[in-house]
Amino acid sequence: MTGTLGIDGRSRSLGAWRAVSVDAAVWRTAVQTLAAGELQLIGLWAEPGVVRMALGDGVGEAAVLELACPDGCFPSVGAAHAPAIRLERALCELYGLTAEGAADVRPWLDHGRWAVSHPLGAAEPSERRTTYPFLPAEGESLHQIAVGPVHAGIIEPGHFRFTVNGETVVRLEARLGYVHRGLEGLMAGADLDRAARLAGRASGDSTVAYALAFARAAEAALGLEAPLRAAWLRALMAELERLANHLGDIGAICNDAAFALMLAHCAVLRENVLRTAHAVFGHRLMMDQVVPGGVASDLDGPGEQLVRELTATVRERLPALTELYDDTASLQDRTVGTGVVAPELARRFAAGGYVGRACGRAFDARRAFPYAPYDRLNFRVPTRAEGDVNARVWVRIDEVGESLSLIEQILHGLPDGPVRAEPPAGAGEGAALVEGFRGDVLAWVRLREGRVERCHLRDPSWFQWPLLEACIEGNIVADFPLCNKSFNCSYAGCDL
Amino acid sequence: MTARRFILEGLLRGPLTEPAPRADETEVRRLAARLDAAAQRRLGRSLAIREVDAGSCNGCELEINALANAFYDLERFGLRVVASPRHADVLLVTGPVTLNMREALVRTWVATPGPKWVVSAGACALDGGMFAGGYACERGVGEVLPVDAHIPGCPPTPAALLAGLIALVETNAGR
Repeated sequence: MTGTLGIDGRSRSLGAWRAVSVDAAVWRTAVQTLAAGELQLIGLWAEPGVVRMALGDGVGEAAVLELACPDGCFPSVGAAHAPAIRLERALCELYGLTAEGAADVRPWLDHGRWAVSHPLGAAEPSERRTTYPFLPAEGESLHQIAVGPVHAGIIEPGHFRFTVNGETVVRLEARLGYVHRGLEGLMAGADLDRAARLAGRASGDSTVAYALAFARAAEAALGLEAPLRAAWLRALMAELERLANHLGDIGAICNDAAFALMLAHCAVLRENVLRTAHAVFGHRLMMDQVVPGGVASDLDGPGEQLVRELTATVRERLPALTELYDDTASLQDRTVGTGVVAPELARRFAAGGYVGRACGRAFDARRAFPYAPYDRLNFRVPTRAEGDVNARVWVRIDEVGESLSLIEQILHGLPDGPVRAEPPAGAGEGAALVEGFRGDVLAWVRLREGRVERCHLRDPSWFQWPLLEACIEGNIVADFPLCNKSFNCSYAGCDL
Repeated sequence: MTARRFILEGLLRGPLTEPAPRADETEVRRLAARLDAAAQRRLGRSLAIREVDAGSCNGCELEINALANAFYDLERFGLRVVASPRHADVLLVTGPVTLNMREALVRTWVATPGPKWVVSAGACALDGGMFAGGYACERGVGEVLPVDAHIPGCPPTPAALLAGLIALVETNAGR
């Protein structure tokens, strides 16, 4: 792929991918290639004096470009390629870099509340600032509705600014960053154990996916391979996490269309998954169970039996619930044709997970960048064409079926052996892409003497939030909760 | 048709709801000491809860949401989650309190009519947890609001949340 960009040889390994140092001219070529849709953006991040982007062809090739910017300036990616805009705003304000030519230079994570600006760069004293200019929408009879950061439900905080004409949404702009905890800063200098625990708290609903992405990146950096049994157990946890979240989402989406019956039944199944996880791995969400070098707990005979009983229960209940969803006209009336994402937009934003798959983008990190044991397992990547709320529900229903099958295959083929290899206190740089329940999670890490020097984690929602804003246009305000739940983007994962 | 079958099944099958966990005695006593008699008389055995995420990883929210499922059935204890602080007796706060959420949290507390209580939930809410010490967070809810009770865990299990909240109701019931 580096050939596409006219880059010659000198590169270093990040595990499965290569990192290449480039100059500004190649960087600009890469941006043009992204803008032309020939490559897709996987990540964009920085450290003082260096900016990096991960690019992929959407199938199975990827590379990281690295541009030194000793004067703090680099050619903007977002100026030509919109999916990069918020990542770029975030890295510029955290590290004090300047994206030359950027159209949108409003702060993103920095709400003017910290004691310092550019906290991970020069960390100069900051002035308190509370105003934020939202993007304008002009026309007759328009008014605005401001929602959040504290919402009516038990959800994460964020602000939504709707501009509406009567009932119809003309523009929605999200303002996030409320749960910015400074994760990248806390990562720097952390030992491997603490860093893995921090990664597992980037977004609690994806704790397995994040811990796995971090562990695989760290292992790539150290040239360490987790034992085979550990890789299979990681996949078991990852599929249990996907199962729990999808079941919860299917119920919650229907509940936002006032169909509480579905939530009641799906919530029981979700609880069954979490109780099984607790009985088998000692934690309901399986937090801190995936660690660099392997997993923290093994699966014993009784545990295996519990997981088998769980899949049998979900298999028994799922057909009736699917029928209930499909057979309830008043529910279908709300979900079909609502919140349509254009396939072209999903492709341009390289939207992962059910958001991309519901409009035909079949990308799945388990398939595009196969990691053990998925290279040995059979699964489909279900897609739909319509891109509406209904399609996002159906992708989840189909993925529940795939996860059940994967769990059964894992139990059947689980190899014997150790479940953890002690990571050496080495140095190196690694990257990994892992398929979480809502899409691909990127982890990049550089280690030195057994500690994290720098780490970047990229949530799938970075490329999904903007599509939520786009798909609500022309819908009525009352359908926003439904659209929002069908995306179920992570706030914590993006705010970090 | 399918919906009708589900409702019928629900009527015929036994409930999944489990017996309540016991509230921790020390926690009940500690809370009782903080509540004045007048407040107890006014509220009776029912509490309205407003949840505020002040920087959680969303793990706590998942478990608080689980309280509504058929196994825990929060509302049988007179505990309701309400949509506005104006309707709330209790703020249930998670997260270390990010500086970006601090003002929203304080404004939510101000909007809650008295008498009111603050319950912090989860390791971050106690003292900032793993996020303490950075440029972006306070060291827990207690730095910002007067906290009446804390529910530990990372995240607290639904059973732990239930026990903590029941302690609050029992204290409230006029001991």
